[in-house]
Amino acid sequence: MKLELRNVTKRFPGVIANDSVDMTIESGEILGLLGENGAGKTTLMNILYGLYSADEGEIVIDGTVRHFSDPGDAIDAGIGMVHQHFMLVPVFTVTENVVLGVEPTKQPVGTIDMKEARQEVEEISRKYGLFVDPEAVVEDLPVGVQQRIEIIKVLFRDAEIIVFDEPTAVLTPQEVEEFFKIVNGLKEAGKGIIFITHKLGEVLDVADRIAVLRRGKVVGEADPKNATKEQLAELMVGRPVDLVVDKEKAQPGEVVLSVSELLVRDERQHTAVDHVSFEVRSGEIVGIAGVQGNGQTELVEALTGLIDPLGGHVELNGVDVTLATPRAMHDADVAHIPEDRQRLGLVLAFDVAENLVLDSYYAQPYSHGIRMDWDYAHRHADELIEQYDIRTPSSRTNVGKLSGGNQQKLIVAREFARETKLIIASQPTRGIDVGSIEYIHGRIVEERDDGAAVLIVSSELDEILALADRILVMFRGKIVAEVPGAEATPSQLGLYMAGSVA
Amino acid sequence: MTQQAPPSVEEPREERPAWLERIAPSNVDWTTVVVIPLLAVLSALIIGAVIIVLTDGFGAVIPAYSALFRGAFAGWNSISETLLVATPLILAGLSVAVGFQAGLFNIGAEGQMTIGGLTAVIVGFSFEGLPWVVHLPLAVLAGFLGGALWGFIPGVLRAKTGAHEVITTIMLNFIAYRTLDYMLKLPFIQKEGRFDPVSEDVLASARFPRILDWLPVENASRLRLHLGFIVALVVAWLIYWLLYRSTIGFEFRAVGANPNAAKYGGIGVATVIIAVMALAGGLSGMAGANETLGVVGRGVPGFTAQIGFDAIALALLGRSHPGGVVLSAILFGALRAGGRAMQAQSDVGIDLIVVIQALIIVFIAAPELIKAVYRVKGGEKQAQVTRGWST
Repeated sequence: MKLELRNVTKRFPGVIANDSVDMTIESGEILGLLGENGAGKTTLMNILYGLYSADEGEIVIDGTVRHFSDPGDAIDAGIGMVHQHFMLVPVFTVTENVVLGVEPTKQPVGTIDMKEARQEVEEISRKYGLFVDPEAVVEDLPVGVQQRIEIIKVLFRDAEIIVFDEPTAVLTPQEVEEFFKIVNGLKEAGKGIIFITHKLGEVLDVADRIAVLRRGKVVGEADPKNATKEQLAELMVGRPVDLVVDKEKAQPGEVVLSVSELLVRDERQHTAVDHVSFEVRSGEIVGIAGVQGNGQTELVEALTGLIDPLGGHVELNGVDVTLATPRAMHDADVAHIPEDRQRLGLVLAFDVAENLVLDSYYAQPYSHGIRMDWDYAHRHADELIEQYDIRTPSSRTNVGKLSGGNQQKLIVAREFARETKLIIASQPTRGIDVGSIEYIHGRIVEERDDGAAVLIVSSELDEILALADRILVMFRGKIVAEVPGAEATPSQLGLYMAGSVA
Repeated sequence: MTQQAPPSVEEPREERPAWLERIAPSNVDWTTVVVIPLLAVLSALIIGAVIIVLTDGFGAVIPAYSALFRGAFAGWNSISETLLVATPLILAGLSVAVGFQAGLFNIGAEGQMTIGGLTAVIVGFSFEGLPWVVHLPLAVLAGFLGGALWGFIPGVLRAKTGAHEVITTIMLNFIAYRTLDYMLKLPFIQKEGRFDPVSEDVLASARFPRILDWLPVENASRLRLHLGFIVALVVAWLIYWLLYRSTIGFEFRAVGANPNAAKYGGIGVATVIIAVMALAGGLSGMAGANETLGVVGRGVPGFTAQIGFDAIALALLGRSHPGGVVLSAILFGALRAGGRAMQAQSDVGIDLIVVIQALIIVFIAAPELIKAVYRVKGGEKQAQVTRGWST
């Protein structure tokens, strides 16, 4: 099967999301579609999937022009889509999710033939090496497995071309490797794959061809065999990008954060942080590496006052803050970049200025008594927008309308604009574009050089390796290793992260 | 960073004067806030006309609607009646709106009105000899506190145990009704010489004085609009200030829009929930006081007359904004006052008004329907008024 997009143009009010895009994908190859957030990747794929109709241009399959008015048409034409956010019913089993909407039925009254459904799911699962238990209930399964269910769903509907929208954004490093194996298996089985991402390393690893979108246009194609990350980043962003974080050797000073024997349980009362002890000094960046779900989330929430630990002590500059509230931590000049910006870090229905004062609205100069000084808050917002390069039409734009990178910059601006003694940053660059990553990393190093103590929690090894002066590895709630940043290697950290204790 | 990447989406920076932002914020979705509510009202009136045609024939539509309009707006008496009906609706509507702003669905305005009206009456017939500048505010305050107590209870239950306020406020409505019936028969409340549940009369010093009887028009003494209306407008302004200009309102709205982010921002979510429910209850309590200290002048069973439920409808129509609540309350007041005239002067009964009000809310709840019928573009996909059953 050969799929072509010819001269596809899509306009939204005030924006050209896709500008005369030409693209080809054939069975048995992997096309990496690279671009920053807002470059038009998702719009293009939504046109291909029948969710939008193009203003100009056409979709051609094996030489015939096709029109998709809804996803059903696209599915019939052999196009499958695995969305970034999975579309699964949590309380259904794997099989029930896969057959939902296209259930095999039994005569005479059309009852669902679950036996046949299960067999088919098993067969697909075996054929493509997906290893999914058809009887498992989806909500009990890890994210990586849920993604495989989405893949089975697409295969069950006989897709020949499969689009993956930012498939690795939610996966752990190990799951990413598993995922690449699966994708290669699909390719060998003759499927055509479109792999949408903004991660340079991944396209270079897995794609056969790379197309780069910038501001709605295809600005270049690259051959992964001889392209470099730097070239791709420059194509994506439109200017040379510094992929290596420039930083001097750390000059650690006084102990700022001291954690001893910290014990935290999660919502289900399982021990998430198991008697963890460590210190962070001023002027150093300590990175906590680990596969997601090994207690990092609970550790950060306990340190920032969002949940109360059950045992142990946390001291900030010698003062006990074990049971401090988020407000008290804020007042003690602790900056917190939360793991999930949309759930925790932002009120999407509020505008930029309101979000910029989300944790400092109650004090001078943003308010006097109970009277908010919105004029001041907006002036302050305009300054930060300028200074932190937040791309927004104005300080009155709702934050939900900004791109992920700009949302994250807003949080960084809010947290770094004031005096900071300790910075706790969790997944500070998750799901954002190269340009913004470069910027945020630069700011974090600047804060360190200004004497802040910095604790970075990230499941991206590259990020930990680029930033941390000292690396702690967390596994099943414990800190299992400590490695100086300069000496760490990905393979060594990977071993610790997988639980092989030093 | 010396060099900056060009923005992927170029939009010019808007510069608007601060005063314009204040009255017409640029981040407001006008389709959702203004266009859809107006079209919803229009659609409801059209369907109302169809119902008149079906029941009373074509000829009945114009006389009925013109009687409705005249009864609502033509002449001082009509305006006075419209605003009189609107007054408790404003206060109870604010009560529901404040809840919505904080993500809480206060269905308990009825019960809060009932208790507030009762406490206001008790203060209103006690304390003989006080000057009205002291007695009336005292009675209104009593109404506020009585309602606040009735809102505080579900607030605490929600904040401390997670019991959903929809359930608890509905149940507290029933308890409030029966509490009123019981209290009205207590010797110190029941009017002397009466055997039915009626309270003592509120003293003149605690009644809302009429405010239009000085007008140089015929029958000015029959204009029943009283000071409660002005109080309601002032309260609406105060609530607007509280929600949008104060730190407290910022906390309320943050908890409503994203309780997790509110917690992250250092806001005590449980405290906010309790405070919001108490304030909402207090506002409904004032609506109850408005009834018992205004036109009625005493406590009688069922004096709330479903105002607390109409309040939910008009808070939705007014998009939970104090300004919108005032306008919606006046619209509902006009429908009620006009409806009485319509019933008197044409063959169409006042029940049609209930149908029209219900239709308005159906259309408000289904903005996609309105957008499809009138080919309106834009607007948020879903205007969420409250969070689900669990947070």
